[in-house]
Amino acid sequence: MNRHLLSMHDVSAEDVTRILDTAGSFQEVGSRVIKKVPALRGRTVVNLFLENSTRTRISFELAAKRLSADVINFASGGSSVSKGESLKDTALTLQAMGADAIVIRHSSSGSPLQLTRWVDGHVLNAGDGTHEHPTQALLDLYTMRERLGRLDGLRVAIVGDVLHSRVARSLSFGLVKVGAEVTLVGPPTLIPPDAGAWGVQVSYDIESVLPKLDVCYMLRVQRERQRLEYFPSVREYNRLFGLSAVRAGLLPEGSLIMHPGPMNRGVEIDSDVADLPQAVIEEQVTNGIAIRMSLLYLLLGGGPPGDAAGAASPAATVPELEAVDG
Amino acid sequence: MSSTLLDADDIRRALTRIAHEIVERDKGPEGVALVGIANRGDDLARRLAAEIQAIERSAVPVGALDITFYRDDIGMKAEAPEVHETRIDFDINGKTVVLVDDVLFTGRTIRAAMDALMDFGRPFRIRLAVLVDRGHRELPIRADFVGKNVPTRRTDDVRVRVREVDGEDAVVIARTPDEVSIDAGGEIPSNAGRTP
Repeated sequence: MNRHLLSMHDVSAEDVTRILDTAGSFQEVGSRVIKKVPALRGRTVVNLFLENSTRTRISFELAAKRLSADVINFASGGSSVSKGESLKDTALTLQAMGADAIVIRHSSSGSPLQLTRWVDGHVLNAGDGTHEHPTQALLDLYTMRERLGRLDGLRVAIVGDVLHSRVARSLSFGLVKVGAEVTLVGPPTLIPPDAGAWGVQVSYDIESVLPKLDVCYMLRVQRERQRLEYFPSVREYNRLFGLSAVRAGLLPEGSLIMHPGPMNRGVEIDSDVADLPQAVIEEQVTNGIAIRMSLLYLLLGGGPPGDAAGAASPAATVPELEAVDG
Repeated sequence: MSSTLLDADDIRRALTRIAHEIVERDKGPEGVALVGIANRGDDLARRLAAEIQAIERSAVPVGALDITFYRDDIGMKAEAPEVHETRIDFDINGKTVVLVDDVLFTGRTIRAAMDALMDFGRPFRIRLAVLVDRGHRELPIRADFVGKNVPTRRTDDVRVRVREVDGEDAVVIARTPDEVSIDAGGEIPSNAGRTP
């Protein structure tokens, strides 16, 4: 595993398997009466959320707390950031306070990478601009593997505002990495021009794609990121690309409907479709905690920060305590 | 250089004896549950449960416990320790839980296992059954049931192989060629500077 998780390009197919398998063990921890283990006792995890997000922050907070790490939440409102502090100064402050890991959400693409140049701790990208959201992709892969038993060869359509969606980018990269077949579906204005280089198919006709799918992944229409008019009206978008009950009926038996949340019911997904049994949207949320525990454990449970390979550090010479026996 | 300490028949006889001792200690299998420490300890626990079933005609609950998240050396190696499955499908409250492990060495795994078990409830008591006790304890822990006591050097590598994981049953000891004589006492002064 890399020291940081900035992009799905940072993880190999083997890493994905390890992250998902470890998340399975944390899922078991989440089913106990006492949902907490001492694995990261004494480590400090900072949630640096400089763009509004409640769901992802809560998920990371719960994940870190269930690992017994100390959690600091740092949001833009009411913090030094609102007094004009730069990201660099914020980072250096957190560094000075001894953060072992920083989970960053930022409206600018690439800010997590920039952060790695200023701090020694592990950096986890919790969504940067229109770039990537790798923990969402991993929890989606976990949900698909849990429900469908495999990832290799799965046929997945990602439908909607792909252009502005960091979720779509991370998920596409992740799915292609593990051997799934991905089709991006949406109006031509919302399909990224470079999608040809992602190793995915593109379609502008949702109804021709639906009957061949294992997973139909609906994206939220992100009006807040759209600086231009990419489609004439919400009503037209819903009519052409929304997942209605009739369209959901075109999906094969046993296929899944997924959505990263928060949903715009009546825009990209009709309300009755969101409540169908094959819609696993709340399951995605539950699995998100286990995936984030897995990532924090795998990143922080290795050698100490500032020691890239772990090979030359004093810690690496600690005798094998009880790997096999004892 | 490696040699076999126990073969498949030795292991079978040891487990049969331990199964008898477990039910003898508590005058029957009532209230007894077996929890094996992953991996390999869980396989041994399932075999002990089958032996007890054969002896007493009564099933004892059996579970698997992964202790990774309770280890005392997380963050001290380059890679986070590998995680195995935990599966305890029964209530441990008030039970006599027999922890089962393949090799008892420093005792640190057992310390972690007791902490892990406490997160599942409050057992009446915890006992410990191991296939091999190789000495060199670093914590005040001892086994209640032992398959075989084996004097070793601290640097020896003692491995239990079970057919469920390794395709065969055997206990194998490996040592570097220059360390030929077995230290009969099994007590070499502990390495200086060893951190908890």
